[in-house]
Amino acid sequence: MAEVRNIEISDSAVRSAEAIDELQDLQGEKMTLNMGPSHPATHGVLRLSLELDGEIITKADPEIGYLHRGDEKIAENMTYNQFIPYTDRLDYLAPLANNVAYALAVEKLLGVEGELPERCKYIRVICCELARISAHLLGLGAFAMDVGALTVFLHTFNEREKIYNLIEALTGARFTTTYTRIGGLSRDLPEGWTGELGKFTKEVSVAIEEADKLLTRNKIFIDRTKGVGVISRDEAIDFGLTGPNLRGSNIEYDLRKAHPYLVYDQLDFDIPYGEVGDCYDRYLIRMEEMRQSVRILDQCITKLPNGPVNIDDGKIVLPKKQKVLSSMEELIHQFMLVTQGQNAPVGEVYFGAENPKGELGFYIFSKGGGVPYRMKIRAPSFVNLSILSHMLPGHMMSDIVAILGSLDFVMGECDR
Amino acid sequence: MTAKQLAKKIQSQFKTITSDAIEFRGEFTVGILDSNQISEVCCFAKEELAFDYLVDLCTIDNDDETPRWTVVYHMYSYKHFQHLRLKVSVSEEESKLPSVTSVWRTANWHEREAFDMMGIEFIGHPDLRRILMWEGYPYYPLRKDFPLAGKSSEMPDVAFTDPIPLEGGPFVTTSGGQDSADREPRSRTPE
Repeated sequence: MAEVRNIEISDSAVRSAEAIDELQDLQGEKMTLNMGPSHPATHGVLRLSLELDGEIITKADPEIGYLHRGDEKIAENMTYNQFIPYTDRLDYLAPLANNVAYALAVEKLLGVEGELPERCKYIRVICCELARISAHLLGLGAFAMDVGALTVFLHTFNEREKIYNLIEALTGARFTTTYTRIGGLSRDLPEGWTGELGKFTKEVSVAIEEADKLLTRNKIFIDRTKGVGVISRDEAIDFGLTGPNLRGSNIEYDLRKAHPYLVYDQLDFDIPYGEVGDCYDRYLIRMEEMRQSVRILDQCITKLPNGPVNIDDGKIVLPKKQKVLSSMEELIHQFMLVTQGQNAPVGEVYFGAENPKGELGFYIFSKGGGVPYRMKIRAPSFVNLSILSHMLPGHMMSDIVAILGSLDFVMGECDR
Repeated sequence: MTAKQLAKKIQSQFKTITSDAIEFRGEFTVGILDSNQISEVCCFAKEELAFDYLVDLCTIDNDDETPRWTVVYHMYSYKHFQHLRLKVSVSEEESKLPSVTSVWRTANWHEREAFDMMGIEFIGHPDLRRILMWEGYPYYPLRKDFPLAGKSSEMPDVAFTDPIPLEGGPFVTTSGGQDSADREPRSRTPE
């Protein structure tokens, strides 16, 4: 039987020498500290069980799942178009990019990605890049705020507000966009929207330079981030990191260049990549990626072709309402699409898109019909966080906020 | 090297336990017939064929078909810029296969998720415990026999585990052979 020992500590001032002796063996013990799930630096509901030796972390165990909603289970129970609203809620900082990635995955399964009209592809690229700027602005602002530079956060949120206004004009919603449809888009660009977008790209360039001036050569910021959270090249690959976190570790790999989708092969942009793989490198990459996204947006505005935005196939895209009310064939198409969904072939596809956080992949295993038999979402934040228990030990307690900020994750996507 | 050639290399190395590569939408899938050798196959793919990045690992529940489980490995090579998919079947009686965490460390969390969601064990995994659901949760939610609405579980520490999401919600249609006025709670007269 275990021995029960009562230690009475009434007041430290009157603690007897005897009691201090008794407590000797308790001193120098490692301390377990719980960080999260609701902590401002964990950007949502990440929980870290830390073991500390003084201020040094000796063990870190990330606990996830607080935002688990069973998206993969839900996907098995609905048609392909019905799942689009759920993709908004994966990486909720860049819903447009998720919409596009998901639509492309299903179109790959259906074998229709080659039939997408040029205008649709360009608009989707605009969506992806707007989402990237928006996500990086938030990631950057929150990162800077976590390490003590509050001003940047206010600047970047100013710009994000403009993006949300653009997105609202485009999709009707600010956060839950649900903009794409399988085989196209829910609607074309509103009138005058590209002009507004052009105005925005000029304004955001100024804001990015402002943030750059506030941070890039800021002594405090550099001290907090340089040489902290170093991920070597091999570690980054072994742990399956993607996105800016992978490129920070000196790997020039971007799905937009390596496996171009949409019209990325017709656009001119550069892929920044780091040298050391520390928090500062990852910050610099996000900064440069925003500049490149602005470049892409500017090119898209000038190149944007006219024409339809949806595939001309009644079995994939809903027909026009006017036709449904007047023609038999369109009525049947409408009925079949709404009740059964797109009739997908038997087969399996994986499609990964370069999202702001990394490679967002959808693996769809279809047994035919309008519902996936199994859909796996390869969430970049989930994989990027798995390196934490390897990389945190040895760092100071206060480095955690810098490391978490530089990894830039979203729990909605991590937990699905 | 193309994905087709890489798939051929795996087949020639493991002649007896691989099936022919299937191509669909430009992606190649190689079936592995012996689940016990999956870590050797993966190790060969990484060391000899430079598949240094495990993109994803997931599981499929084949429901009433045998064998019940399929485990899918998506590999990518930063050298050849090629994807390749490995699929291996695991029977329901066995429900376990060797872990590939020693090949790619990223497999750690993927395998934990597969264990959590499907209940497949990975032999040799350093830390196999639930990841998305809480420790002690009695079910495997991605199995086909697990209902979408959820199941209640008797967990003293958890506030409630009733299948709440679909129960009595304002816009939820209740099943049953009634007419729409009864099925649709929206059309109920408020008390």
